[in-house]
Amino acid sequence: MSVSILKSAGRLGLQLAAGGVLVLNAAHAAWAQVDTSKSVISAVSKQMNVPVDGKFKKFTASIDFDPAKPAAAKAQFSVDVASYDLGDESFNKEVRGKDWFDAATFPNATFVSTSIVSSGAGTYSVSGKLTIKGKSSDVVVPVTFKQDGANQVFDGALPIKRLQFNIGQGEWKDTSVVADDVQLKFHIVSAAKK
Amino acid sequence: MTDMKPSSADGRYTGTAIALHWLIAILIIGGFWLGWVMTDIPGLTPTKLRYFSWHKWIGVTVFALAWLRVLWRLTHPAPPLPAGMPALQRLVSNAVHGLLYALMILIPASGYLYSAAAGVQVVYLGILPLPTLIGPDQQLKVIFRLTHIYLNYALLGLFALHLLGVVKHTLIDRDGLLSRMIPFLR
Repeated sequence: MSVSILKSAGRLGLQLAAGGVLVLNAAHAAWAQVDTSKSVISAVSKQMNVPVDGKFKKFTASIDFDPAKPAAAKAQFSVDVASYDLGDESFNKEVRGKDWFDAATFPNATFVSTSIVSSGAGTYSVSGKLTIKGKSSDVVVPVTFKQDGANQVFDGALPIKRLQFNIGQGEWKDTSVVADDVQLKFHIVSAAKK
Repeated sequence: MTDMKPSSADGRYTGTAIALHWLIAILIIGGFWLGWVMTDIPGLTPTKLRYFSWHKWIGVTVFALAWLRVLWRLTHPAPPLPAGMPALQRLVSNAVHGLLYALMILIPASGYLYSAAAGVQVVYLGILPLPTLIGPDQQLKVIFRLTHIYLNYALLGLFALHLLGVVKHTLIDRDGLLSRMIPFLR
């Protein structure tokens, strides 16, 4: 699984080898630090048509973004899928298991940007590679950007199909219980680069 | 359903009261059984999620019908109890019925709040999203969960008394009290 990623994104390979992006951040001091205490990454699924919001409690991210030069901007995320919290430990345990995230085999879901273009005032289209459970997909994420004092604030949502990433196997393939459509949402607060 | 006479006219409940009684009875028994089974399913399975949803839909239905039934009861008095019934038995009968009405409303309400506190919205029949009166709250979740469970045990106890009353009036008193609530007798 990691061969294609290593080819397409050397940085990500380093990150996986190092076992975490924090190490990478230290090596790239120029990258802005994402404030994970103020940032939120969540995935909203629909169970029997009931929207169920779960948050990824642990993730690392680095964003190198200058609104004047979006073409030079870069973003990468590594989300600890075992930290997905649905508010109930027995549910969380199931979701970490083989049928869902298989966190033991695929501990991190990642996103690495390939290009960022402005798509209007304060909005950007961020293209990149999303990898969940070892399956990669090229996605374009609409992101709104706002400067908040010294902080950069990014918001956005990306609809994905969970089965495309083999999320929910076995009896969970039945989309009448858990819908195929899942909304990834994020609110990222990042201290501006010094 | 079109019978608008006061229920006491012929000593029977009105057709509407009888229909509501049996409809709610079936829903409560089904909802109780589902609740029992679904909470015994370990972990998380599609069947469990389905049962939880159905259980909640039944609860919402009982809640709505129970209000309708209370309104009906307030405007259509129940037929009088047998003339020779001792005061204590009347008191017990009225108390059990009153508590059963209260639980028909309180049990779905506690379950609804439990679901809300657990961060799971109730979407009636998978179509109508109901308002979430409270946000996710771990402490309230525990409180409403226990409330929901204990109220259900209370319901089980009252249901047993309700059935014992049926047995008593049918086998011991032989006063034909049951015919007041049996549909299609006329």
